[in-house]
Amino acid sequence: MTTLDTGTTAPGKKRALSFEWLGVAPFIVFAIMFLILPTLYLVGAAFVDEQGGFTLANFAGLGTPQIVAAYWISIRISGASAILGALIGLAIALALIRGKLPSGLRAAVMTFSGVASNFAGVPLAFAFISTLGRLGLATVILKFVFGIDIYKAGFNLLSFWGLTITYLYFQIPLMILIIAPAIDGLKKEWSEAASTLGATPWQFWRYVGLPILWPSFLGTLSLLFANAFGAIATAYALTGSSLNIVPILLYAQIRGDALQNPGLGAALAVGMILITGFANVIYLVISSRAERWLK
Amino acid sequence: MAEFLRVDNLVKSFGTTTVVKGVNFTFNKGEFVSLLGPSGCGKTTILRMIAGFENPTSGSITVDGQDITHLKPNQRQLGMVFQAYALFPNLNVGDNIAFGLKIAGMPAEQRRARVEEMLKLIGLPGFEKRYPYEMSGGQQQRVALARAIAPRPRMLLLDEPLSALDAKIRVSLREEIRAIQLDLGITTIFVTHDQEEALSISDRVVVMNAGNIDQLGAPHEIYNKPATRFVATFVGHLNTIEATVASAANHQVNIDGQTVTLPSLPSGAKDNAPISLTLRPEVLSVGERAGSDIALTGTVSDVTFLGSVIRVRVALGKNIISLDTFNDQRTAPPARGDAITVSLASKDLLIL
Amino acid sequence: MKQSRFWAWLVFGIGAAYFLIPLIATFEFSLRMRRGYYSFDSYASVFSDPKFQQTFTYSAVIGLLSIIVGILVVVPAVYFVRLRMAWLRPYVEFLTLLPLIIPAIILVYGYIRLYNSSSIIPFTGSAVGTDILLTFAYVTLALPYMYRAVDTGMRTIDVQTLTEAAQIAGASTPQIIGRIILPNILVAVLSGAFLTFAIVIGEFTIASLLNRPAFGPYLQNIGANRAYEPAALAIISFIITWGAMSMINLLSRFAPRTSARTD
Repeated sequence: MTTLDTGTTAPGKKRALSFEWLGVAPFIVFAIMFLILPTLYLVGAAFVDEQGGFTLANFAGLGTPQIVAAYWISIRISGASAILGALIGLAIALALIRGKLPSGLRAAVMTFSGVASNFAGVPLAFAFISTLGRLGLATVILKFVFGIDIYKAGFNLLSFWGLTITYLYFQIPLMILIIAPAIDGLKKEWSEAASTLGATPWQFWRYVGLPILWPSFLGTLSLLFANAFGAIATAYALTGSSLNIVPILLYAQIRGDALQNPGLGAALAVGMILITGFANVIYLVISSRAERWLK
Repeated sequence: MAEFLRVDNLVKSFGTTTVVKGVNFTFNKGEFVSLLGPSGCGKTTILRMIAGFENPTSGSITVDGQDITHLKPNQRQLGMVFQAYALFPNLNVGDNIAFGLKIAGMPAEQRRARVEEMLKLIGLPGFEKRYPYEMSGGQQQRVALARAIAPRPRMLLLDEPLSALDAKIRVSLREEIRAIQLDLGITTIFVTHDQEEALSISDRVVVMNAGNIDQLGAPHEIYNKPATRFVATFVGHLNTIEATVASAANHQVNIDGQTVTLPSLPSGAKDNAPISLTLRPEVLSVGERAGSDIALTGTVSDVTFLGSVIRVRVALGKNIISLDTFNDQRTAPPARGDAITVSLASKDLLIL
Repeated sequence: MKQSRFWAWLVFGIGAAYFLIPLIATFEFSLRMRRGYYSFDSYASVFSDPKFQQTFTYSAVIGLLSIIVGILVVVPAVYFVRLRMAWLRPYVEFLTLLPLIIPAIILVYGYIRLYNSSSIIPFTGSAVGTDILLTFAYVTLALPYMYRAVDTGMRTIDVQTLTEAAQIAGASTPQIIGRIILPNILVAVLSGAFLTFAIVIGEFTIASLLNRPAFGPYLQNIGANRAYEPAALAIISFIITWGAMSMINLLSRFAPRTSARTD
């Protein structure tokens, strides 16, 4: 009896179910093959020594001065460009949306931000060499028109600040694109209610506006950090391999086993994942507490 | 009764369109006044000018003897409740209510006492730690009310505070608002497009139409003696009968072949000229009745059962009028197609 | 009120200067190839370089393939997750965010180690295999954007109701996807496609580490060896990116307006 029952009712349901899975399966297979497995493989490889045995030596190897220095400068550049990019992007987005600028301007800035946030990599390096390189237009004009020789003053495009300024070119627009919807979500009535209760515009932002934007701000900040931390094309085109940041070190390792130890290379990569992952975990914790009231 | 709010020749233009066209009124201390009108009539703009969110194109606003026309909103000491609650989502109920007190620099201990008092007033004691997203619309709006009145504002501005709520809560909350307002004696302006709401809780009602005030008066005056045809049609249901003057000298008019004598006609009325008569559905009765001096005969064209009231539509000819009659459980309501006689007192006819 | 507008303009002005000056400087630099006066010589030099044409064509083809694979992978997944497998949604969203957290260089490092010529799936064992791997890598890079675009598109048209309406009318699942869902999310899919193209066309890291003759490594090579051509290439790249973004903007005007429910 029971077999008869399933025979008559189940097939239709079963077919529909497998059809759904058939639709989702390519995505899942794809994600496993090209996101999960490669990452897990590297994590595994980081614990394997050159003879194939388990070891923690690779992680200990991360403690060599050269690698520590690479991580440190990478974190500084990513941190600085993320924080500056987030603050400046927020300021521009606020000015644009809340500052009563002409509405046409907003559309133009949004389009430009879409372009600039994707204008990373090698061409961006070319643009900044043309601008702030030793013969760049801005450098030359500052020198001969205003008498300021920024290179004599210690500036170098191939340095911490040079790279940070260059990264801001895609960090700021990314911030604008992501934070703009959050600013749009600030209801006009909130600032009106605050003002009838006696608050100045600054008090509104202090107690209501910025606290509401805070989770989005932090989330974007961690995204910008990861964005800069993994970026290599711009830095590589700008500095060759003269600037010792982690992605460039890893690039050299992949190309020619510069560290002469595949396990150490894997550990280097795992270290990068841990750092960008950590930034995102902080964000997830904060946003899960704060996002409820944005519904 | 002391004059508390004075609005003089208030005008507001956005570009080339003028939405408030020279409005004057004075409200007394402790009064509850509704600004009533369809959307786009300028009522919300007036409220927003009083609150300070819009700058008047010309005219002045005076509160308690102080000219506030050019003050910033945060210097006006007014409380406001918005249509969509507008509670600060990042603050809990207690902090929302205490917001104005904190801005004013009240010490924390007094703030807490005041918040507690406010929560008791709105019937939500113990809700301090809740967040707005954890509460229903009605509860949120009550907190918004508490937030507005906590700093003891000079006046309370309510911008359609009930229109986002369910029908049942709308009625109970409006009664609650009125009770609190009477309790505190706070001068209140209530903007609404719902005539029933305005009539039921106001001391006086301002009916607005296209940027002008059509009528300002107590609810019963607005309803019983509408000053303009707009007021008459906007407030309550109104029947309009197109008739012709049968004899100007004898005050007689012809309604679809039936001649009726009226107490008076407008001075300019001429024989055979068209004339519009209007009447409320409830002044008509089915059959002859004592005190009614006009009887008309017609055919029942439709019957709508509304519960305690039955609305009957009667075709007199070309004119179709509605009449409301109480539901009588012992007799069947009129049926479609029945011949029917309706009567009314001629003094209840309005000529607009 | 006046004051806030002043600050707004000031902030905007500084921002505009920061973003426009590099473009102006690069353009000016690109015109300086001939001594003494401005010319478009550097552009002529770039366009006449057969390597430019080859690498650009190669990257464009890989870009198109990535778009096609991306659509095939993402659209059915988003559709069924939205329709009947809502419980999968958080996991799928997490997966699509991974490429933003895991840098491209790490992914490609993993690919090289995992899919080398002696592995079960030796992608890197042959040129064609590596091309396929590069395509999949680019699909991965663009996954967050493609997913976002398609998901937004499906949300605005309310696939649930559309599907139910089509089922009542007797349509089969393939018919529903092909005739009803796809045409309605076409604009969203195309937006994702152009974004994918913008990301992929000048990509350096993965193409370089997989040793493919793509546009990104070509750009890097020119940058290391020439003076004025890099500036010209930067301007050309900017115009290509701008073109892709403008297409998205243009398309969004044809997007179906939301049918009431937006969750």
